[in-house]
Amino acid sequence: MPILAERDQDAVRKEFQRIEGPVKLVVFSQELVAGDLCRQNEQLVREVAALDDRITVELLNPAIDRERTEAYGVDQVPAIVVEGARDYGLRFFGIPSGYEFSNLIDAIIVASSGEPALSEATRTALAGLTDDVHIKVFSTPT
Amino acid sequence: MRLAQHMAVASDRVTATAIEATEFPDLSRAYRVMAVPKIVINDRVEFEGALPEGQFLDAVLRAVAPTAS
Repeated sequence: MPILAERDQDAVRKEFQRIEGPVKLVVFSQELVAGDLCRQNEQLVREVAALDDRITVELLNPAIDRERTEAYGVDQVPAIVVEGARDYGLRFFGIPSGYEFSNLIDAIIVASSGEPALSEATRTALAGLTDDVHIKVFSTPT
Repeated sequence: MRLAQHMAVASDRVTATAIEATEFPDLSRAYRVMAVPKIVINDRVEFEGALPEGQFLDAVLRAVAPTAS
């Protein structure tokens, strides 16, 4: 049974008209750690990717693909990395449902262009950063 | 999360991680998540709820500012 209802699929397809280039969703799953959640996450990602042929999916198992998982800085499953022309540092830990689902769609669109919707002042300030900034955003599905 | 994501795309220095709090109770406890969204920057600056872009940027800059001594 699909996770996304037909109405949701139509809405996402419409949003995806703003996609400007290829996007890769790297999915991290580990059956022994969180089987059910990882399966649901994979299914959701595949359903989203099926809505636009510019989106591809790659599946990694942290227990097997250790080096790549570490390089991505992923230490939880299920997880998703959203990559555009390069890895911009967009990560999702846990199934992006509810409120997070719209953020996943937004992440796909902004990664596809590499053009963030931010003011000139913000961009200038960020361009001056000399240290790494890791932003964690905790949320719940509702 | 939207602002954090766009900042990550704007700067190679910035990463944005969305964490589903109910799926990761240990992480949520470690970061004392009582209300969502809760934003934690470099484990140093934190706030709850959405902020306008300018104030979000201020929080980012505070997180990398040298520690006052």
